[in-house]
This record gives sequence, C-alpha cells and structure tokens, in this order.
Amino acid sequence: MDLSAYPLELPESDRPMVRFLNVTKSYGSLVVLDNLNLDIQRGEMVSVIGPSGSGKTTVLRMLMTLETINGGVIYVDGKPLTHMVRGGRLVPADEAHLRRMRASIGMCFQHFNLFPHMTALQNCMEGPVQVLGLSKAEARARAEDLLAMVGMIDKKDQHPSRLSGGQQQRVAIARALAMRPRIMLFDEVTSALDPEVIGEVTEVIRKLVAEHDLTMLMVTHQMGFARDISDRICFFYKGKIEEQAPPEQFFANPQRERTQQFLRAVKDAD
Amino acid sequence: MRFDWNWDFTLEILPRLLRAALNTLIAAGVGYALAMVLGLIFALALRSPWRLPRTLLREGLEFIRSTPLVVQIFFIFYVGPQIGITLSPWVAGMIAIGLHYSAYLAEVYRAGIEAVPRGQWEACRALNMSTRDSYFRIVLPQALPHAIPGMGNYLVGIFKDTPMLSVIGVTELMQAANSIGSETYRFLEPYTLVGVIFLALSLPTAGLVRLGERRLRSKLGL
Ligand SMILES: Nc1ncnc2c1ncn2[C@@H]1O[C@H](COP(=O)(O)OP(=O)(O)O)[C@@H](O)[C@H]1O
Ligand SMILES: [Mg+2]
Repeated sequence: MDLSAYPLELPESDRPMVRFLNVTKSYGSLVVLDNLNLDIQRGEMVSVIGPSGSGKTTVLRMLMTLETINGGVIYVDGKPLTHMVRGGRLVPADEAHLRRMRASIGMCFQHFNLFPHMTALQNCMEGPVQVLGLSKAEARARAEDLLAMVGMIDKKDQHPSRLSGGQQQRVAIARALAMRPRIMLFDEVTSALDPEVIGEVTEVIRKLVAEHDLTMLMVTHQMGFARDISDRICFFYKGKIEEQAPPEQFFANPQRERTQQFLRAVKDAD
Repeated sequence: MRFDWNWDFTLEILPRLLRAALNTLIAAGVGYALAMVLGLIFALALRSPWRLPRTLLREGLEFIRSTPLVVQIFFIFYVGPQIGITLSPWVAGMIAIGLHYSAYLAEVYRAGIEAVPRGQWEACRALNMSTRDSYFRIVLPQALPHAIPGMGNYLVGIFKDTPMLSVIGVTELMQAANSIGSETYRFLEPYTLVGVIFLALSLPTAGLVRLGERRLRSKLGL
C-alpha cells in the first residue's frame, strides 16, 4: 500500500479528534469497510446506526486497535494511530506506539467484559494502578467517585456475577472512564440488557454527554436515544456511510432511499 | 501355590517402605513443581507471535509426549554424561519427570487459557494493559479453574510413574520393595504394601484437587 500520499500529521487548522482516511478493512475476500472517510470533532457525540453486518462494530474496534486495518490511516488528535512515523515515512504501528496512542481511547462492549474475578471496585482500579501507575489510594478514590457517578457505589464490593446486566454495564462505563480517556466508544451497550434496565445505562451516557467534554462514538439501535443526545447520526450500509446528518434533519428528512427503508423497518419493529 | 501373609514381616518392612514412600513423594512433588513451571513457560511460548520457535517447541513437546518416560529417564541419566552433563539419579530422575509432565501440563494450560473468553483480552487492550499484566492478572487467574482437573489427573499420574525412577537406582517405593524381595525372597507383602501406599497417596489427592478447584472458584468469585 502506498502511504506517501498520507500526511505524517494533520495540520493544526484541520485536526479533528478522530479522522478515518480512506480506511479499508477486509476479512479474507470479504470487504467489511470500503474506503471509509469519517471525521469526529472534539467533544462531538456521533451515533452510528445501520443494519446488522454493515460494519458498525468494526469501525469502533479499529479505533480501539482491536483490529488492524488493510488500507488507509486513522488519525487521533492529528497523529496517526494505525501507523507511526519512521525515517520521515508512515509505517505500520508497533505495539509501543499503539500503547501510547490507546491511552486516549476507552471502550464499552455489548457484553460488558468485566473481569469476573474482581469486584466492581477492583475492576475500576485495575487499569489506573497497573497501567497509569496510580497509588492504590488514588485509584480507589477515583474509582469510588466514578462508581458513585454511575450509581454503583453501594455495590462496589460485589463481583460481576452478583450484578444485573445493567449494573455490570454501568461498572464497565466507570472502569473505562477511570482511565481518563478523551474518546469513548460504546458498542451497543444496551443490546444485551433487559428492557427495564436499559434506562439506567442510557441515563449514565446522557450524564456524560451533559457534563464531560468527551468525544464519543456510539453504535446503537435505540433511535430515540440517538436522536436525543447525538450531534450527528451516521448511517452505515454495507461498509459505507450511506448518509450522515444532525439528528433532527436525519430523522425528519432522510435523503437516501436506504435510510428511509431502514428507519421504516426499525419503526415497524418498535 | 498359596498365599501365606505374614503380619510380623509386614510390620517389620513397613517403616522402610514408608521412608521410601517419602522419597516417592519428594520425587513426585519436585518433579511436579518443575512440570508446572516449565509447562506454563511452554504454554505461553506456544502462544507467542514468533512462528519458528513456536513450531519447534510444538514439535518438541509432541516428541516428549509420544516417547515413553522411561526412555527419557535413561536418556538423561546415561547420555547426559557423554555430553558433559553428569547428574545424580535423583536429579536426572526429577528433571526427566518434570520435563515429561511439562509437555502434558502445557496442553492443559493452553486449553485453560483458550477457555477464557476473547472479550477478556479485548477489555485488557481497551484498558491499555500490557500483555504481561493481561496474562498474569486477568487471563491466567481465570484459566486456572479450567486447568485444575487436568492438573490433578497428571499429579496422580506423576505419582504412579515414580516407580520408573527405580531403573536408574533412585530409592523410591518400588526400588525399596524390589530390594526387600531380593533380600528375603518374600514378594507378597512388599508389593502389596506398595499398592496400598500408592492407593493411600492417590485417593486423597483426587479429593483434594476437587476441593481445591471449588475453593479457587469461589475465591475468584466465579
Ligand atoms: N473476525 C471476523 N472474521 C470474519 N468476518 C468478520 C469478523 N468480524 C466481523 N466480520 C464480518 O464483518 C461484517 C461487519 O461486521 P460488524 O462490524 O460486526 O457489523 P455490525 O456491528 O454492523 O453488525 C459482517 O459481515 C461480519 O460477519
Ligand atoms: Mg455490531
């Protein structure tokens, strides 16, 4: 792949928090994302919607560096994430570079992925102590603040197996925030939850949007929620962005045929 | 042919056999400790990103698993000196047992590690944890409960294989029974006692392993 056309760094004047530049991802012969271009501005909340298999999760996983990419470059805060500069050229990132860059990104998963052998508090202290090098006391204070913020402080000494899905997801959000990321990724964080506890998780995300200057990228199937809190909706279809717009415009006046079909289909399902 | 069990003789040889049984325990214990550590190193190396060392190791372990332990004991004890490594029967024996069982334990660990959901690794990455912390703080503690039943089986197995050390003259239980037999021409009592002592060692082990697994699971909150 010819990387010479890609800037080593984005200029000050044009530096979104995240930029996907001609990013391609395939598994074998299956092209999952085809030449993706997407900017996310500082402090922006972008919701990604679209049919199953359209590549939404993959976008998040690439940004979390859980997947390598096959083409293009992802920039975070102007610096290449998937690549690094060696001898004045871009080369694929090594683990050290990924670790440096990953520090500003956090992610919450559909199935929470809490550490089952640790309590809620320990889950939230693990990264700060082991990765950031905080003292136990500092990490505990930070973890307790966040657990209080997500309404889980009274369950802080419980193991995940003793918590409901909604409670586990709230702990997972606190765990990710304890690393003080600047970008948060949410991959269908309410899809595995019983309907009656979805609200407690969306409340936490609402609070984040209102009170923090995080940049957020959220995959969701909850159209109402996405409309309420997003700055922009991105509709994916077969590995491409089919349409994107601010929520009022996107939901009131979708331009593309496929968007209209999709919105009709989810409305019928509700 | 008749069985004339002699209780006086039995009591007379019992202390000697029990002392030898202690040696068996030591050989099995040290061999097993070695196997646990080597097995873990091998299991981790089998998952390393370097292909050539990985392939060589995999083939090497396959070789160890598919050749008899007794051959490996002979090899280390008798061929070792020819390449300048002279070991006492004890040391040679425990290395052979440790190495042999490490090849099996590596498989047990590997299966345990693979039983830990992929999401756990992804959470580690999302928290920017090092590979080392991911293994030792997150993945291995969860892999251990999966590995314990297999580890217990091989612990019993290692006990039962210690008699092979008698071939290079380690005075474990079997060796002691053999010498009693050749000194007194009585075989019934010594060999029966050997069987009983092995049973007495193996049975509680299996029970303890099950207990250990339960304890561990509850301690880990799983
Ligand atoms: N590890 C993988 N190997 C092969 N194909 C995959 C893998 N992960 C995802 N895919 C495929 O990539 C496509 C996009 O997946 P995904 O990003 O999970 O979609 P979405 O989140 O929109 O449902 C799907 O067709 C899926 O089957
Ligand atoms: Mg998905």
